Formats: sequence, C-alpha cells, structure tokens
Amino acid sequence: MNTLYRSMLGGRSGLIGLAILAGLLLIVFPLLLEPFRLNMMGKYLSLAFVAIALVMCWGYGGIMSLGQGLFWGLGGYCMAAFLKLEAARNIASEAGTDQIKALSTVGLPDFMDWNQITELPWFWYPFKSFPLTLALMIVVPTVIAYIIGTAMFKRRVGGVYFAIITQALCWAMEILFVTRQGWTGGINGITDLRTLLGWDIRTPSAQSSIYFMTVVGILVCIVLGRWLLNSKFGRLLVAVRDMEDRVRFSGYDVANLKTTVFCIAAAMSAVGGAFFVLNVGFMSPKLVTIEPSIYMVIFCAVGGRMSLIGAVYGTLAVSYGRTFFSEEFPALWYFLMGSVFILVTMVFPDGLAGAATRGVPAAWRWLTRNFREPPPAPATAAVKEAQP
Amino acid sequence: MTAKIALALLLAASAGYSWDEIKGVMIMQGFAGLSLFSIFLLMALGLAIIFGQMKVINMAHGEFLTMGAYTTVFLSWLCESYAPGLLAWYFPVAMILAFFVAGSVGFLVEFAIIRHLYKRPLDTLLATWGLSMILQETFRQIAGARETSATMPEWLMGSLQPFEGVDIPINGIFLLGASLVLTVIVVINLYYTRSGLRVRATVMNRDMAGAVGINTRMTDRMTFALGCGIAGVAGAAFTTVGSISPSAGGLYIVDTFMVVVFGGAGSIIGTILAAFGIAQAQSVLEFFLSGVLAKVAVLLAVVFILMIRPQGLVVAKIRK
Repeated sequence: MNTLYRSMLGGRSGLIGLAILAGLLLIVFPLLLEPFRLNMMGKYLSLAFVAIALVMCWGYGGIMSLGQGLFWGLGGYCMAAFLKLEAARNIASEAGTDQIKALSTVGLPDFMDWNQITELPWFWYPFKSFPLTLALMIVVPTVIAYIIGTAMFKRRVGGVYFAIITQALCWAMEILFVTRQGWTGGINGITDLRTLLGWDIRTPSAQSSIYFMTVVGILVCIVLGRWLLNSKFGRLLVAVRDMEDRVRFSGYDVANLKTTVFCIAAAMSAVGGAFFVLNVGFMSPKLVTIEPSIYMVIFCAVGGRMSLIGAVYGTLAVSYGRTFFSEEFPALWYFLMGSVFILVTMVFPDGLAGAATRGVPAAWRWLTRNFREPPPAPATAAVKEAQP
Repeated sequence: MTAKIALALLLAASAGYSWDEIKGVMIMQGFAGLSLFSIFLLMALGLAIIFGQMKVINMAHGEFLTMGAYTTVFLSWLCESYAPGLLAWYFPVAMILAFFVAGSVGFLVEFAIIRHLYKRPLDTLLATWGLSMILQETFRQIAGARETSATMPEWLMGSLQPFEGVDIPINGIFLLGASLVLTVIVVINLYYTRSGLRVRATVMNRDMAGAVGINTRMTDRMTFALGCGIAGVAGAAFTTVGSISPSAGGLYIVDTFMVVVFGGAGSIIGTILAAFGIAQAQSVLEFFLSGVLAKVAVLLAVVFILMIRPQGLVVAKIRK
C-alpha cells in the first residue's frame, strides 16, 4: 500500500499537487464558470491528454513527436464514426418521411450520401458496436504507433529526424482524410453528432457530465503516468534520453523501450481525441494537422516537459490565452504567443512547473531572508498552492 | 522521368499527334518537373546550411522566404510609384536587397535567440515556431493580409518558343537559372573559400576550431545569417512565379525539411539530389494520381527510404 501510494500518487507532495488540480477542475471550475465556458474547458482538457502523453514521450523519453495530432485525430475519428452511424440510424428510424426521402440510402452517414456512396465501406462496420469502437479507438493508434516506432527506432532514427518524419506522416494523414471525402467527410470532417447510446450529448446536463468524465480521465492518466514514470521503466526512459548508448551497452533493448512509450503516448492521445468529440460534437481534419500538433508540443513545453500536472496547466493556460486574446485582441495574440514560446524555451525550459518548483521557493527565501527561521514545511506547501 | 515520357509518347501517339507535337509535349513535361525542382532547391538551400550544417531546426525558414518576397514587392511598388523608368531593371537589385534584409534579420535572430539554444537542438524548433508567428503577424500588420504580387519587368514575362508547339515560360527558366546560380554560389562559398572552411571546421569540431583561432561564435552568426539571406533571395525569385501572402512561408516548411533530411543533412550534393528526386517523383506521380495523393505517396516513399537509410541519400563524412 505504501509503495503504491509513493509510486502512483508521488508521495505527499505529489498528492497535494494532484488534490489541488482535482479540486480546481472538479469543484472550482464547475462552480465559477458558466456552462459555455465549462464546455470550453472540457475541450481544452481533451487536448491535455496529449500534453500528458508528450511529457512521458518527450520529457522523459526524449522522443519528440510532432505528429501527435495523428493519434489524437484517429481516436477522435473512431468515436465520431460511432456517433455518426448512430445519428444516421436515428434519422432513419425516427425522422419524418421527407428526411428519409432526402437520403437515397437509409442508415448511411449524410456525407457518404452526398458523395454518391451507396454502401457502408467495410472499415466502417466495426463502428456499429460501441465496445468494438472503444477497443478500436485504442488499438488502431497503438498499432500505428507500434509500426512507426519499430520501423524508426530499430533503425535508430531519432531526435530531429523522428520529429520531422512524424510531422510528414501527420500531414500525409490529413491529406488522405481531406481527399477521401466519401469515407471521412473530407475537409468538413464528421459533424452533426447528437447522441451516445441514445443519450443526447448536446444538452447542458450531458455536457457537464462529459466535462466531469474528461476530468476523471485526465486524473487517471496522471496517476497512471506517475506509476509508469516512477517504475523501473521510467528510470530506463530517462536513461535512454540522457545517454542512449550506455543503456544499449548495458543490455537493454532501447528500440523496444522507445516504441513502448511511444505506443502508450499514442493510446493516451487517442483517448483525448475521443473525449474531444464528446465535448464538442464534431471532428475535423483541420484539428489534426501540423499546426495543432505543434501546439500540443507547446502545451507540454509551457506546462513543463517533466511534469504531468504541469502539462494540464500548460494546456489550459495556452488554450485559454489563445481564446481570450483572439476574442479581444486578435493581432496582439500572435505577438504575445510567439514571445511566450521564445521566452519559455530560452528562460524557463521547465515551463510553469519548473517556475513553480524552483522560482517560488527562491522568491520565498528572498522575501523571508530577514527572518532567520522560516520552517521548511510551510515553504513547500506554499509552492504547491502557488502552482495554479 | 522516363515513365512520364513513355506515357506522354503513348498518349500522343494514340491521339494521332505528329512527331513535332510529341517532342513539344515531352519538352514541356520535362520542364514542369524541372520547375518544381528549382522551387524545392531554392527553398532547401538556406535550410541545408542552417539545419544541415548547424543543426538548428528553423521553423521560421518559410518566413525568411516571405521576407525576401515582400522586399521585392516593396521595391517594385517603389519603382512603380517614383521611377517607372527603372522598372525594367529593379529585379536584380531586389534580389540583392532581399539577401541583405533577410540576412540581417537572421543575424539579429541568431544573436537574440538561437545562440542560447545550440545545446538543445529540439528546443530551437519551439523558439523558431514562436518567431515564425511573430514574423507572420508583422507581415500582416505591415503589408495586409491579402495576397500581393510584384510587378514583373517586361523581359521576365511571356514565353519562349524554340520551335513550333513548345511553350516554355521565361519566368520558369529564370527560376531554374536562379536556383543553379545560387547553388553554385553556396557550394563555392562553403567549399572553396576561407569563410566556408571556418564554417565547416566549426561544424565538425567546435573546440578544435576555437583552439586554432577561429571565432566560432561569429562563424555561427554569419552562417545563420547566410542561410537566412539565401532564403530571402529564394523568396525574391518566387515572386516571378506566384503571389505572396503573410502565411505563405508555412506552406513550404515541411517540404523543405523533407528535402534536406532526405538528401542527408550536411551535404549540399544530397540536397540537390533529393530536390531533384522528390520533384521528379511528384510530377511523374501527378500523371497517374491526383495532385494531393501524389504528395502523400511521395511523403510515404521518402519516409520509407529514410527508414532504410536513416542518414539520408548522401552521408557527409564527419568523424563524430
């Protein structure tokens, strides 16, 4: 029990950080924010899954993936495909006759109908079943990550090259999804999603339930991530990042380690994509291209690449700032965000988390320099509370 | 290339064209591939220095291109408003000016940002992405969000007709010529001058280069500025074939990186080969598939080849 407490929750300081995050997301936000803003937070949090995945993959493993949008998007598309088929079935069964007449093929997603596809493509069949959808949502991105990972890491492609290759793959997927209109909905993506197993996901109450589900998902991912990173696997990851050859010479299969963490990151990102679809009710290829994928890395960098909790704050801060500034001062946003990226990489390579864990104690010591005996315990508590 | 010519021949023969017309189609198709090649080469040359030699992932490379293009547009506007007589000859001046504008901005960027990040190459990606956002918004504020284009001098317009049925656009020839001249300049600069020697020495062994009296910090700064300046010239050359918008640079960045990575970082010959190979592959495939699918096929093929040959086509002989 004690070891589990240490490894999964990160001991007392880790538990405090987790509790503050949970309190903020589960109590403070729902109480303070109106439903529209809360739904927006849900949307941002579904991106935080990727940021957490990147902390494991990039911060600890040293594998920078610029194509994480690919996995996030695949997860999202799987969920969207299920919801779309359900929506199509509902239209067929309950709608008026004129709507039925408007569709040449009953039970087929509308965009297929618009593209003169009369029969459901074979790879859409599994998305008729919910359990199968959930399984595919995880399995498809993981298998693709496994293929990419084995192919690249076995050949010792790494660092910058890996980043650029993942970026190219992400781009290739976007092009495919945009051009195969009849199969994927093209540039518009999969829209007009209404119900999940008969439960209308567009009502305010459903939206807030989905928000809470997203938060729980985030917390589970953090705990899972902590457990992994505190295990021997996590130690090895850091070792691979810092001195890959030595780990290899010690007899470990480095390619296998890297592939494993890349697969875990892909699966985690895919879950985030699925939550995104539930939160906003659509999926579009514009959300999974190069630029969103770079943003995902930036969330992670701003939050702190070595901190799972920091990644969540980083995502919320950057996304919220983006929305706020593009509503209020659209021109200023680019200047501000650009400078933030430059500043974060140059001055705070450890992001918000680094600033909080190092900057705040330093400031505290400086402020209390005239009082010789500030007990250390309140100092660490102050750090954690100042973190949000 | 040969497949394309064979296909063109087949098509032409089946449609009952005469031999002269077939020859015309062949030349024009070959030239379309060469145009794409010169575009890729122009884009990649600057990056081959910055990324290939210095290992800096400059995501703002496209913006330096845009900067050169806007310099040209500005100069053409200046000529048009104040000295219409000079309109015929402003273009070479614009290319030189584009070099110095982009180069001096690159110099400042290296001083302000890049030099702090040499130990962390992946972080240069994030910082330069931020830089590209700032530069794009600056262009938008100064030049407006709409697409603009430079007024071309008379001698760059129209097309050559070496013989009946063949139309070769002059701006295409100009672009090809510009890319070849620029490549020669870069190669001479890197391999046959003292400053190029200093650059290569610094890249190969920084400490040793410093020990024999090379100012490595200054070399870094000049190298980065040179790469940015070349991007600026490329941007100026691009105004002959298309219009320019603030976010145009971002469209090219992935292609450019793929060319440099595929060719083998650190090798100019590799970059030329990769630009040629990717351009020809793409224009051949565009014959069979739609344009975007050809793009996907080429991307996947490049990734696959990189998997087999992670160092790229040409491996620079550097002892690590």
